[in-house]
Amino acid sequence: MTTVMTRRADFPLLVRQPGLHYLDSAATAQKPAVVLDAEREFYETSYANPHRGAYALSARATECYHDARTGVARFFGLRDAACLIFTRGTTESLNLVATAWGMHNVRPGDEIVVTRLEHHANFVPWQQLALARGAAFRIVELTPDGRVDIDLLRHAVTPRTKVVAVAHVSNALGTITPLGEVAAIARSVGALVVVDGAQSAPHMAVDIEALDVDFYAFSGHKMGAPTGIGGLIGRREILEAMPPYQMGGDMIEVVGDERTSWNVLPHKFEAGTPNVGGAVALAAAVRYLTSIGMTEVRRHEQTLTAMAIERLGALPGVRLYGPDATRRSGVVSFTVDGIHAHDLATILDQEGVCVRAGHHCAQPLLRRLGVSATARASFFVYNDAADVDALVSGVRSAQTLFHGPRVVSPGTPARPATASR
Amino acid sequence: MTATHPAGSAALEALYQEQILAHYRHPHGKGTLAAADATVTTRNPLCGEEATVTVTLDRTGPDVRVRDIRFTSDGCSISQASASMMTDLARGRTATEIAALTDRFADLLRGDAAATHDETLGPLQAFATLSRVPARIPCALLAWKALADALRPQ
Ligand SMILES: Cc1ncc(COP(=O)(O)O)c(C=O)c1O
Repeated sequence: MTTVMTRRADFPLLVRQPGLHYLDSAATAQKPAVVLDAEREFYETSYANPHRGAYALSARATECYHDARTGVARFFGLRDAACLIFTRGTTESLNLVATAWGMHNVRPGDEIVVTRLEHHANFVPWQQLALARGAAFRIVELTPDGRVDIDLLRHAVTPRTKVVAVAHVSNALGTITPLGEVAAIARSVGALVVVDGAQSAPHMAVDIEALDVDFYAFSGHKMGAPTGIGGLIGRREILEAMPPYQMGGDMIEVVGDERTSWNVLPHKFEAGTPNVGGAVALAAAVRYLTSIGMTEVRRHEQTLTAMAIERLGALPGVRLYGPDATRRSGVVSFTVDGIHAHDLATILDQEGVCVRAGHHCAQPLLRRLGVSATARASFFVYNDAADVDALVSGVRSAQTLFHGPRVVSPGTPARPATASR
Repeated sequence: MTATHPAGSAALEALYQEQILAHYRHPHGKGTLAAADATVTTRNPLCGEEATVTVTLDRTGPDVRVRDIRFTSDGCSISQASASMMTDLARGRTATEIAALTDRFADLLRGDAAATHDETLGPLQAFATLSRVPARIPCALLAWKALADALRPQ
């Protein structure tokens, strides 16, 4: 039995609720004390509007904002920190690219390629861009175990393909996409690669220079930072050639009566007063993750995932979706015969186990899997073997409630529950 | 770290009353009416769950009356059991009676104490404990929304 160390003590909410088994980190992560402290410290010592006031406190806030960007850029191995745009999160980052780049570069007859794995945030903006610009919208299907089928991708990409948008890691199945292969295929026809990194940034080492992609979007709240802060990393040449996304303060250089010129990167894409406190907290979150080490984060989650797959898979009537633990992050999506995922989530909740039930904002994927909902358990640094125990025991309680206390075998019609009250 | 959570199996059984599980396993009125006067599908946008209700109507009286009713759904036990009981309760009733019953059911789900003694709710009383799990209330009301739409005057 592998020993699994827990970092639960670093997370005040989990310390206050010792009976809670939080298994919904793919939706959002709990916050370590160091992040909450850093945000508070910033507001108590250095807060003012950055870039504006000609006084020391504003200069101090500007410096904090700048340092936060440098710190987050370093976490991703990004050398040119000005190519990191702070946004509200993955959704805003992807919409920024689909709008500011897409509306000016995609023409009638062009092609946009996405995959069957995508979260709605990396699906709908491209689908709507295709409709708006008269472009074709292609969806690359998956292998039976839920991975992007690279052969199908190779066929879907043609010289007319302008952009390939893929999830680095699927939030619904945990599948890890081999970005090197995707990038090589896109590169061969000169298409851009836009990566939805919402589920990779918190859970594995990401070296942006090595990935060789054009855009990478992520959300701070899944990494231990507060909601409302995230980022978009882009290639400098592309960002410089793009028009701004939103107009207003901070993003301008000179505003004439008829024309306006744009500020330099990253400010051109950061209209309005930025979320400085959020950026400072995000920088603290990546420091926290770095202190653990992303290789260790990945190893820890992989151990728990393998454990959950093995133990849930051993229960009769449990169906697991997605590839083996080596090819997925800390996400376990499953259904239980005869028990709807929502009932499962409610029953697990009664035992203090938080899982998500539903379509996970990936309806095109669930339609293809032929299920309307799955239950999803997802892991982060604070989870441990006790959380897996609670999950498995909760699933068994649900089976007892719905099918009676005896072991059910798959395909057996549900028997009336033998009431044990 | 385990077993310190307040709720246990008693709470579970209070929530998933035997009547609810029985209707889920053997739903009443499941299917589609061939010559339906109205067919309405409602969706719970949070989870994507769907319920479709078909009705045949008697429009000869002053108030439209449900002659027959069926539902289909891929939903959870709460939504299916509620829809199943709904078909029993709605058959033969007028639109006005059904609207009153629906309001009363919504009161019950909100935790209204008087509603828990209201005999007109009949088997729907099995859902009284759902007021403790507000996230699931839309499940219980899904098919009722479809029925209300189906009875709305054209
Ligand atoms: C894969 C993936 N993409 C995009 C998003 C959207 O992220 P956000 O809601 O933080 O913008 C999420 C999170 O829900 C996700 O898991």
